[in-house]
Amino acid sequence: MPSLIDIRRRIRSVKNTQQITKAMKMVSAAKLRRAQERALASRPYANMMARVLANLAAASQNNESVSDLPLLQSREEKRIQLIVVSSDRGLAGAFNSNLLRMVQRFIEEHRGAEIQVETIGRKARDYFRKRNYNVTGEHIGAVERPSYELAREIGDKLIRLYRNSEVDAVYIASNHFKNVMSPNLVLSKILPVEMPEAEKQQDNNPPQALDYIFEQPVEELLRALLPRYVEMEIYRTMLESNSAEHAARMTAMDTATNNAGDVIQNLTLNMNRVRQASITREIIEIVSGAAALS
Amino acid sequence: MADTFQLQVATPERLVVDEQVTEAEVPGQNGYLGILPGHAPLMTALNPGVLTYQGGGGPHVLAIMGGFAEISENHVRVLADGAETPEEIQIDRARRQLEEASHKLHDAKDPAEVEIAMRALQQAQARIDATGRSSSSLSAR
Repeated sequence: MPSLIDIRRRIRSVKNTQQITKAMKMVSAAKLRRAQERALASRPYANMMARVLANLAAASQNNESVSDLPLLQSREEKRIQLIVVSSDRGLAGAFNSNLLRMVQRFIEEHRGAEIQVETIGRKARDYFRKRNYNVTGEHIGAVERPSYELAREIGDKLIRLYRNSEVDAVYIASNHFKNVMSPNLVLSKILPVEMPEAEKQQDNNPPQALDYIFEQPVEELLRALLPRYVEMEIYRTMLESNSAEHAARMTAMDTATNNAGDVIQNLTLNMNRVRQASITREIIEIVSGAAALS
Repeated sequence: MADTFQLQVATPERLVVDEQVTEAEVPGQNGYLGILPGHAPLMTALNPGVLTYQGGGGPHVLAIMGGFAEISENHVRVLADGAETPEEIQIDRARRQLEEASHKLHDAKDPAEVEIAMRALQQAQARIDATGRSSSSLSAR
């Protein structure tokens, strides 16, 4: 039976922890809001990009010089480049472990291929380093403030690798933000680029392809646009992962705060019971002492 | 025919302009393009340069760091690699950048280096031009 003082000490310590988790939850909520604002701000560009690309795709059907563009050509996937976007810090529930489990499964499914990993976030780096994977690059401190600059840097590198046939496919794995409760694991291929389908109109309206004037040949426009598209995908993934991370941490910290509350309640109950027991014991001692005297 | 059209300028990080304008001029790769309402659908790559437009509050100027423009059905969408308003541009920095870029261009050995230096030079020039244009347009009024 722990003594009264021990229990009191325990309660104080749990209360401290609860205060920390509560504060972390509020910080995460604020950061989540900011991350979402950033994600929202990047959306117009992404939408416009998708539109332009779809239009170019429609205009370039059966155009051989377009299908010859290196970034659109798929090859047998013998060497795969993976980009894993994790968080830098822990205490975010199953955020990183779910992600890494998914990536591990992917790697096992592609046993025949040679796999190299580029990590964004400390957790992914630690994981792949410890297991002696071929880590081509690591970016720490990047997810907290995702910058387009970094996305461009990584995009440049990947495109160079792909063009030189040093890798045959590039996949990116991350958590996407769906809602606060459930993050969404996503693993998608970013190279070779899969051209989006031309926008399909509603049923009886046949798609009206505008007759665009192209100031530059279509393949030239695509050659300049596709790298942007890849960069944007990476940037967007970083933003999504950042939102998802804060959401996951917020939920984890909320649960932790609630659990701490439960623990405190149990301990308090226990403490009162112990105190009551000691008082009862003392009364019995006094009474029996008095009885012995008489 | 409508006498205005919608101009949207977006960078990967934010939407910079989204308003009804009466005319716009964008730095196309084959030269500056003036756009009026009812323009034919067109797509072009953009060079670093100055984008000007006539919006609600008079003429506006933006420095564009290259990108794409799509014109369709009274809607102009500019996908800019970067866009800065004259207030955001630090003119001293732009001048320094220009000087650095021209040195680099001078020392460049292979075509790739030339291209990078060229682009930096154009971007610096775009910033300087944008500030110059905005102050002259203000003093003209």
